[in-house]
Amino acid sequence: MINPLKIIKNGIVTENPTFVLVLGMCPTLAVTSSAINGLGMGLAATAVLIGSNVAVALLRKFIPDEIRIPAFIVVIAGFVTVVQLLISAYTPELNKSLGIFIPLIVVNCIILARAEAFAFKNGVAASAFDGIGMGLGFTAALILIGAIRELIGNGTIFGATILSPAFYQPALLAILAPGGFITLGILMALFRKRQIRKEEEANPNAKFDGWQQLDACGGCALKNICGGGTQAVVCAKEKKEAGK
Amino acid sequence: MSLLALFISSIFVNNILLARFLGCCPFLGVSSQLETAKGMGVAVIFVTTFAAIMTWLAYTFILVPLGLEYLYTLAFILIIAALVQFVEIVLKKVMPGLYKSLGIFLPLITTNCAVLGVAVINMNEKYSLVASIVNAIGSSAGFLVAIVLMAGIREKIEMNAEMPRCVRGLPIALVTAGLMSIAFMGFNGLIK
Repeated sequence: MINPLKIIKNGIVTENPTFVLVLGMCPTLAVTSSAINGLGMGLAATAVLIGSNVAVALLRKFIPDEIRIPAFIVVIAGFVTVVQLLISAYTPELNKSLGIFIPLIVVNCIILARAEAFAFKNGVAASAFDGIGMGLGFTAALILIGAIRELIGNGTIFGATILSPAFYQPALLAILAPGGFITLGILMALFRKRQIRKEEEANPNAKFDGWQQLDACGGCALKNICGGGTQAVVCAKEKKEAGK
Repeated sequence: MSLLALFISSIFVNNILLARFLGCCPFLGVSSQLETAKGMGVAVIFVTTFAAIMTWLAYTFILVPLGLEYLYTLAFILIIAALVQFVEIVLKKVMPGLYKSLGIFLPLITTNCAVLGVAVINMNEKYSLVASIVNAIGSSAGFLVAIVLMAGIREKIEMNAEMPRCVRGLPIALVTAGLMSIAFMGFNGLIK
């Protein structure tokens, strides 16, 4: 049975694409210099994700296995073009601040990975909910990072002044490139602290030294295609899933 | 901007990884060993340069005359995917030695946003063919520089047993990248 709430929760918390799966790092780092940009990027990616998940789920019986990756890319590129035209028509300002990262949604691993790992194997409704959940998880992560960077770097959140310039000297570094890397690094460390604790509670005998698990692109089905991780990690993950 | 200035700025000032945030996935994923980082970097130079030429030709001689500029995302990603396949087949036949060292990285590059990113930047900035090639070589050389530096640092820090468990691996790599990015900001005054 499909449980929509469970699939959506899975996307936002359990398999959060940014903090847990570590997918789509480029837009995550690049557009989060303010919360509103994070929201815009997140919603644009969500729209593409839902569209491509539904289309791939509809076409999954017709797409031959060997050429599925090029087929996914064409489907995704089509939706990205639609979203791009909509954004430039209705919100030209957002179009300007997201710039090159709108066409680059095409190569966002989250979308390709969900097409490969979920939509190609599941029905239309489940795939649509997976798209919503993953998209919202991505959006939430972008807003969180964007809000922190905007607060530290400019004293505002969504443009509203939180830390008055009278007593707070904004640290411009946070909204420049280095701030993106450092903020994400610290947030990811916090997420992993919680994850390690949970894993150890569930499994008191296991010792996690922190090196092996959660390599880059940890949960990505396309890891061996797009460049992250090692074969050993992929195999371990596949075994774990087969055992479920 | 002169071509030399463009070249220098695309390597250092607008470093594709540390200033433009393109190609972060392989930057974080393939940077734990120096050897693989080098292979990835060289493969990216190869593909990005070819892709820049092909996408420039396709955009100028096919999309613009037909008035189909808005389809560039679709066209560019298809060109890159086909090109990667093509390069792989040709290398395998013609230069088996090079194929052995670069081959495993080629399929990974289709979804590397640095390649598509450079093609889109060339189009947005309306670079000529020569300027596009210079920008592509410079940008991907910047990728090589950044990923090799990163791999060198990561090989050293991964031996540190004092590090708290929750920052091991990716989080510390991200913070390292942030510090490298601060260092690269020092190049900002290099090109006016």
